[in-house]
Amino acid sequence: MTSPLDKSRTAADTLRGGPRRRGVRTGVPLPLLVPALLGLAFLMVPLVALLARAPWQGLPEQLTSPEVWQALRLSLLCATAATAVSLVLGVPLAWLLARVDFPGRGLVRALVTLPLVLPPVVGGVALLMALGRNGIVGRWLDAWFGITLPFTTTGVVIAEAFVAMPFLVISVEGTLRAADPRYEEAATTLGASRFTAFRRVTLPLIAPGIAAGAVLAWARALGEFGATITFAGNFPGRTQTMPLAVYLALQSDPEAAIALSLVLLAVSIAVLAGLRDRWLRAG
Amino acid sequence: MTETHEQDAHTRTAGDGLDARLVVDRGGFRLDVALTVAPGEVVALLGPNGAGKTTALRALAGLTPLTDGHLRLDGTELDRTPPEARPVGVVFQDYLLFPHLTALDNVAFGPRCQGATKAEARAQAAEWLDRLGLTEHTAARPRRLSGGQAQRVALARALATRPRLLLLDEPLAALDARTRLEVRARLRRHLADFEAVAVLVTHDPLDAMVLADRLVVVEHGRVVQEGTPADIARHPRTDYIARLVGLNLYRGEADGHTVRLADGPALTTTEVLTGPVHVAFPPSAVTLHRERPTGSSARNLWRCEVAGLETHGDQIRADLTGELPLAADLTTVAAAELGLHPGAEVWATVKAAQTHAYPV
Repeated sequence: MTSPLDKSRTAADTLRGGPRRRGVRTGVPLPLLVPALLGLAFLMVPLVALLARAPWQGLPEQLTSPEVWQALRLSLLCATAATAVSLVLGVPLAWLLARVDFPGRGLVRALVTLPLVLPPVVGGVALLMALGRNGIVGRWLDAWFGITLPFTTTGVVIAEAFVAMPFLVISVEGTLRAADPRYEEAATTLGASRFTAFRRVTLPLIAPGIAAGAVLAWARALGEFGATITFAGNFPGRTQTMPLAVYLALQSDPEAAIALSLVLLAVSIAVLAGLRDRWLRAG
Repeated sequence: MTETHEQDAHTRTAGDGLDARLVVDRGGFRLDVALTVAPGEVVALLGPNGAGKTTALRALAGLTPLTDGHLRLDGTELDRTPPEARPVGVVFQDYLLFPHLTALDNVAFGPRCQGATKAEARAQAAEWLDRLGLTEHTAARPRRLSGGQAQRVALARALATRPRLLLLDEPLAALDARTRLEVRARLRRHLADFEAVAVLVTHDPLDAMVLADRLVVVEHGRVVQEGTPADIARHPRTDYIARLVGLNLYRGEADGHTVRLADGPALTTTEVLTGPVHVAFPPSAVTLHRERPTGSSARNLWRCEVAGLETHGDQIRADLTGELPLAADLTTVAAAELGLHPGAEVWATVKAAQTHAYPV
């Protein structure tokens, strides 16, 4: 437990201390308490059900099957690659949005965040229109370089990056806005070019924000379903990531689906643990 | 490498320092300040908040573009040179030490950007930190440094690029009163050692007078007065400066020993002058009386009303309105004996010998 939370709790306890302690329980109005508890149950029961129905006996067997490993390996690989793409393109984009005043900046920012709210399936269709064999860009990729992106592992990475990058851009842009731009000025008065100032001063300063953004993007990429299945299809070993495998397994082998789900749940909890400090600090 | 640098620096010391006219238009505010500073000289831009001092400093550093005017340093035109290519070092108000780097790497940042290898840059940085008495703090992160130490690291960082123009923005503003005294004295020594041009910006007259050889007072984006600290302290030309140096200041028309104030009574002075003049006298020269003094030799006698009282060191400063608005200093005992309170009527006298008149 981190100290801010502890502190607020002790402060609250002190306030309620002594004779007033009994009043606390009756002090929560029922119209708030009942929906609150229902909400909590609504969020928790499915997870509990997943754990309750898990085939713990056959789990080691399930998880060591080559199909699971294939899907997990592909998922981790593609999510990491998509995060890398998001970092390489997203951090400079965030910098541009935060530091350079250009006409239409608000519109560009809105467009960047669009994939956040766009249904992923629509994103997949849009990617097909752009990068498909007959897409406006894909046509030339095919004709000039013989590159085909849809229904390949690269296609998975592209679909995941498309959906995940906005998370990173938004997170990094927020951190950049909060960071004092005068550090960059100080660096330039010391002889650093604007790029050197960015690389040696700004980047280390916003590293925590970049890390948080990368974790968010990675988690989003790992769970990506709609855009992936639309743009890259569902070929085991090539484009079948964990979420696709879970969905497919549910129809033929529910136990395998549960086992796969548990793996994703474990990964999610690990991500949450990684972000915990940051979130608690924000609270 | 270091040798050629020093050689270079020596030859260039013979240059002619800073020669600038800084014009910056910024949405309704116009800064127009001419500044000439010789190598080895320390000039303070002194002025109230919002006078444009920091804008002037940023323009010198290249962080704010000039609308008009020119900027020459040691004979080289700099107005179109980007900040990273100017031989200018800046000590920022809150230092802006890079929080992720140690003191050593903060200071090594400049030399590194100028092309030194990592080892060379660190060696130079260690030397600068040593010179500023920070040997023990080389490995410390800025967060672990005291205000005074951080300021010296910032100074070392600025000096490590071997600037021909050193800029200091409110160098002591971020310090508490106790460290300020010590840091001010130390900074003065370092500035005295600096062989190129130094310009500092401050709103504190004491800092300016202790640190600088010459003051340039800026108000509303204009230079209103320029001179040595002693000259400015003795002959303030605006109300702002008079308040800063703690003098009552009036403007009037002199005719012999008498100065007729533009919107008030006449003053008798020792100087014999004609034409527009300033008259100044310290608050301690004012004597207050409850009744109209009889047989007093003072010819400067005015009927006033107490507008406010505040402690000023071990004295009481009375703000007076009436025939002549003025500030008067008196001891606590005197204030009690006179029964001073806001609204009290008093007679104020000033001996002619304690006034000082000088042409506008």
